[in-house]
Amino acid sequence: MAEPLLEARAISKSFSGVHALRDASFDVRAGEVHALVGENGAGKSTLIKILTGAETPDSGSLVVSGQVVDHLDPTSAHRRRVAAIYQQPSLFPHLTVAENIALALERSALWRRVDWKARRQRAAQLMSEAGAAIDPERLAATLSMPEQQIVEIAKAIGADARVVVMDEPTACLAEHEVERLFSIIVRLRSQGAGIVYVSHRLQEVFAIADRITVLRDGRVVATSEVSEVDTDAVVRLMVGRALDAIYPARAAAAGEVVLDVRHLSNAALGLRDVSLRVRAGEIVGLAGLVGSGRTELAETLFGVAPASGGEIYLRGEAVRIAAPGDAVRSGLAYLPEDRLHHGVVPEMAIDANVTLASLRACSAWGLVDRPAERASAARHVDRLGIKTPSVSTPVESLSGGNQQKVALARWLETRPDVLILDEPTQGVDVGAKAEIHAIIHELAAQGLAVIMISSELPEILGMSDRIAVMRGGTIVAELPRCDATQETILDCALGHAPAPPASH
Amino acid sequence: MRHHYRREISIALAGLLLGLALAIVSPGYFSAENITDLLLANLPVLIVALGMTLVILTGEIDISVGATFAICAVVAGLLAKAGWPVALAAVGACAAGAAIGSINGALVAYARIPSIVVTLATMTALRDGLRWGTEGAWVQELPPSFQWLGLTQSTYPVAATALTAALVAACAWGLGHIAAGRAIYAIGSNVEAARLAGFDTRRIKWAVFALLGALTGWAAVVNAVRFNQIPSNAGIGLEMKVVAAVVVGGASISGGRGSAIGTLVGVALLGAIGPALTFLGVNAYWERAIQGAIILAAVAADALERHAHRRVASATPA
Repeated sequence: MAEPLLEARAISKSFSGVHALRDASFDVRAGEVHALVGENGAGKSTLIKILTGAETPDSGSLVVSGQVVDHLDPTSAHRRRVAAIYQQPSLFPHLTVAENIALALERSALWRRVDWKARRQRAAQLMSEAGAAIDPERLAATLSMPEQQIVEIAKAIGADARVVVMDEPTACLAEHEVERLFSIIVRLRSQGAGIVYVSHRLQEVFAIADRITVLRDGRVVATSEVSEVDTDAVVRLMVGRALDAIYPARAAAAGEVVLDVRHLSNAALGLRDVSLRVRAGEIVGLAGLVGSGRTELAETLFGVAPASGGEIYLRGEAVRIAAPGDAVRSGLAYLPEDRLHHGVVPEMAIDANVTLASLRACSAWGLVDRPAERASAARHVDRLGIKTPSVSTPVESLSGGNQQKVALARWLETRPDVLILDEPTQGVDVGAKAEIHAIIHELAAQGLAVIMISSELPEILGMSDRIAVMRGGTIVAELPRCDATQETILDCALGHAPAPPASH
Repeated sequence: MRHHYRREISIALAGLLLGLALAIVSPGYFSAENITDLLLANLPVLIVALGMTLVILTGEIDISVGATFAICAVVAGLLAKAGWPVALAAVGACAAGAAIGSINGALVAYARIPSIVVTLATMTALRDGLRWGTEGAWVQELPPSFQWLGLTQSTYPVAATALTAALVAACAWGLGHIAAGRAIYAIGSNVEAARLAGFDTRRIKWAVFALLGALTGWAAVVNAVRFNQIPSNAGIGLEMKVVAAVVVGGASISGGRGSAIGTLVGVALLGAIGPALTFLGVNAYWERAIQGAIILAAVAADALERHAHRRVASATPA
């Protein structure tokens, strides 16, 4: 076997005391696809950021083409022909495809004259090498997600990259687009490139990879030839326990229908004809690919973007939700996906964050009752296990998991009937994740109707009583927990005939 | 609202040092007349700065306050000349200010135009509109009842100071204890989170602009009653003084951080320093340069603090 193109030796990295990687070793050889798998929070992102120079390891070393590299940053990684294609393409929206490619590849004096013709020709050639007919003159902002990704790949091809790191490259792709991506990967591999392929989707990993490395809690738990393992073995390595052990079974004692959504549409968000019922005490998992309309459904229910058609009934009564304020008053609560941007108010103290959505209840004649506020914040800190020196600590100084608990506390404080959770454990560490799962179970047991959006199929399968799968802006399947498997959910989410992507 | 007043205290300390130097070098600075003059000159700045604090806390800015100030002063003077009692003339000035503020606020909150652009436009339009309307003429021959708000020259400073102090206290307390105050901080810190928490963020933004307008009207009255004529170019450069004082007082120009007490300290420091330099024998040309240095220092401190916070916030495992 050829010597590694890129090797990470005993890498450790921690962020404010939390170990993201411990003593992790990883390498990629010429002409192979090496898959990197693990649950969210296992350390995949950190490892690839270190491989591409976006983060500096605390200890350990990087070896590129047999040479130990003391310091790798994105520029020197580029020079050493290591290219990265991230989950979210990072093109400049107001520049054309050709200009985007030129910016990545042309590295010379600032004041030289631009040869527009050569630029366009090169872009056109790279696009055809990447297997797509995209006009180099198009603005990046007008490209679809898969097209943007192809431009990223063209950049990597153009840089003559020997190592290409791909982070969840298929997250936004439909099935036929996945196939096209795979054919590009196969060609790169045959040309002697080493590909690091990060994915949640084990089916894909088994279809494309030569070797597989499993990360768990920041450690490499196994590296082996793909031919020597099967899906079950890899899942066991990823979670470290059987699935039942992390998600304890619970008796689903569903009560009356609390939320009844009928034929809900939102033309602006590409949501069409969604019908869904959620009972008291029930957890409904909302699965689907990114862009399938899950977050859009949550935002429509909560009035962030008012519906253009359909009805919403709460406990049998029709409600009109035109703004988040209406939703809060009707007894809905929504924990949004992007915690830092939509969830917490980072500069505010914990107590003020907790009461933000229920100030009316916590005040008399418009004046906030500070002792009551501190008391209820202290109660939530205690109940949810928020780790903080005091309730007057600003939320921005807490860890991700604890911030998420504060955001959750805010919604519990409104005493909602329906709780909508969008990726509730994204980016939180493993311990906090289990705690948040336990809290969600407890809330359902108390009679809340819970809708949980998650991209992690084990989480969906482990937490939900019922699973609704979305594709192309609508619910395409509803599966009871007992019938659902990762495979059935993925089949529904991808669809045998690809659905048109939800437009934004 | 939790507040550690760290910035406010360090600025107050700087002020204290300045005072100490003055007390040694030039005790004349602390004469009753000088202090009264300083107070009267800076009360209007403080009143406008309180309103500006609210606007800046929501992450917006209003640079039309100088022009609004001039219009409100002229309105108050014309109403007084038309025979309105001074109290009603003052109410009229506040209403004029509130009307201008609501226009600014509506354009910012509902038409979603950046506030710096909106208020740059209204600043220009109002200034030129006023010049055109008055043809540059000053409002003169004000009725004696307008002078000193109907009080005397010796009681007026006490009354005006007491009223302004009450305003500062109300503002400081309200920001922490009234739901709307919370909303203002929340909007400035994270507008999307505030909206998702059920606040009508647009109405609140509109309202802070309207309130700033009304306060600017009141400030114009507090200023105008000290003189027996009202120039049509009053309040030139007021917006810069006010924004500077708010920023020096620890507010973050991007919103979410700041306090009424900080603004009080900021106005006091910037207001005191100019005359102090004269007393200390520093060439008057240096005054603006030193003020600029103080503002830069304040903004740099804010940026450094922000940077430190961001490092903590982003240091969570991916």
